[in-house]
Amino acid sequence: MIKVTNLHKYFGNHHVLKGIDLEVEKGTVVCIIGPSGSGKSTLLRCINLLETPTEGHVLIDGVDITDPKQDINELRTEVGMVFQRFNLFPHMTVLDNITLAPIQVRGMAVKDAQELAHTLLKRVGLSDKANAYPKQLSGGQQQRVAIARALAMRPKLFLFDEPTSALDPELVGEVLDVMKSMAQEGTTMVVVTHEMGFAREVADRVVFMDDGAILEDKPPEILFTKPENSRTKSFLDRVL
Amino acid sequence: MNLSLVSEYAGYILQGAGLTIVMAVGSIILGCILGTLLGLMRVSASKPLSFISGAYLQVFRGTPMLLQIMFIFFAIPQIYNMATGNFFNWRPEIAGVIALGMNSGAYIAEIIRSGIQGVDIGQTEAARALGLTHHKTMQLVILPQALRRVIPPLCNEFIVLLKDTSLVSGIGAKELMYRSRSMGVTTYDFVSFLVGAAIVYFCLTFILTQASAWIERRLAVSD
Repeated sequence: MIKVTNLHKYFGNHHVLKGIDLEVEKGTVVCIIGPSGSGKSTLLRCINLLETPTEGHVLIDGVDITDPKQDINELRTEVGMVFQRFNLFPHMTVLDNITLAPIQVRGMAVKDAQELAHTLLKRVGLSDKANAYPKQLSGGQQQRVAIARALAMRPKLFLFDEPTSALDPELVGEVLDVMKSMAQEGTTMVVVTHEMGFAREVADRVVFMDDGAILEDKPPEILFTKPENSRTKSFLDRVL
Repeated sequence: MNLSLVSEYAGYILQGAGLTIVMAVGSIILGCILGTLLGLMRVSASKPLSFISGAYLQVFRGTPMLLQIMFIFFAIPQIYNMATGNFFNWRPEIAGVIALGMNSGAYIAEIIRSGIQGVDIGQTEAARALGLTHHKTMQLVILPQALRRVIPPLCNEFIVLLKDTSLVSGIGAKELMYRSRSMGVTTYDFVSFLVGAAIVYFCLTFILTQASAWIERRLAVSD
């Protein structure tokens, strides 16, 4: 589904990604862990071109998205993204947040889009919040709306950029539950996270990044119990 | 001070107030159109557009308003004459509205720019990540949020503009300031007529302030 080869990213002189190779198979969940500043989020943002890679290729279903001729908007409809800070549109109701892209991008009829939105809200457990504004919701509720908003486009794969890092601890669970149910349904997901419990339980593979490079890429039961790289070991010692 | 003298000429003075309002509305409309255009150019990715907008801003902020009014009224017809050999003259009201509109366009452009840039970058990222085009992101996500932020500074700009119409009296537009001064000259009672004009200006700006506060409250409801 995703094939990243020799990906480099510079911010000015700062070499953030140093030759990343990564493959994500359809229907699998890959969690990316590592210290802050290691380039996890930048890697994720390169997969839907919120950051433009300096060098290297990103293929999604065989299509090279780094090809300048590739229609970026078209690509992005196939890649759902959930942000750390939710980024809901504050001037729209929950319903309008969810129906905006299906109507404007997919050309879906308003009525169909609203029906879809109600179905998705039910799925994330927020049926009664359709007409609320984002600021009237808790962080956990906002993030669940953001997930519903991404789901509404029916993308092929989902990118989660530290989806629970901005949440109060007691609200983390409700968001992770929604993500777990998505994983169980066979959704392809790449998740940058500090939730080691989630990675251990849900991920098919866990990728450890440090200083712009992937140091280990293993199934969770191996990476968490028998890390080979000393930096992986010391990172896990600190967070577990 | 003799306010009965003012009331005797109230019709004459209020006609001037009418012209003041018309000029203010005209220059606000022109200023908003120009300002929005220039503001969008300023934040656009295109270097030349951004540069043109920046240069415009520098020129109009860097020279006095009265000079700009006089330049458009006196100098533009001269330049036209030099270029084509033909003659034309502005009415001072028209030249005044154009000058005021062009001047406030520069300030409104800055208001629009800061309004747009004040919207969290995450909003753009979320909209683009959903596949919305740059244009639709601006139209549906960024500008509606920017609008709420620009109402107070925009209202401030309108108040400045309303008062600055008095400068157009300098080229002979018979608006409120012009008429009050000329009545002062005629009757030797400057106090009455200037106080009268001040009261009218104050009432007009007061209405604008109240309207702005009302709009802000309305928008805050859905924010």
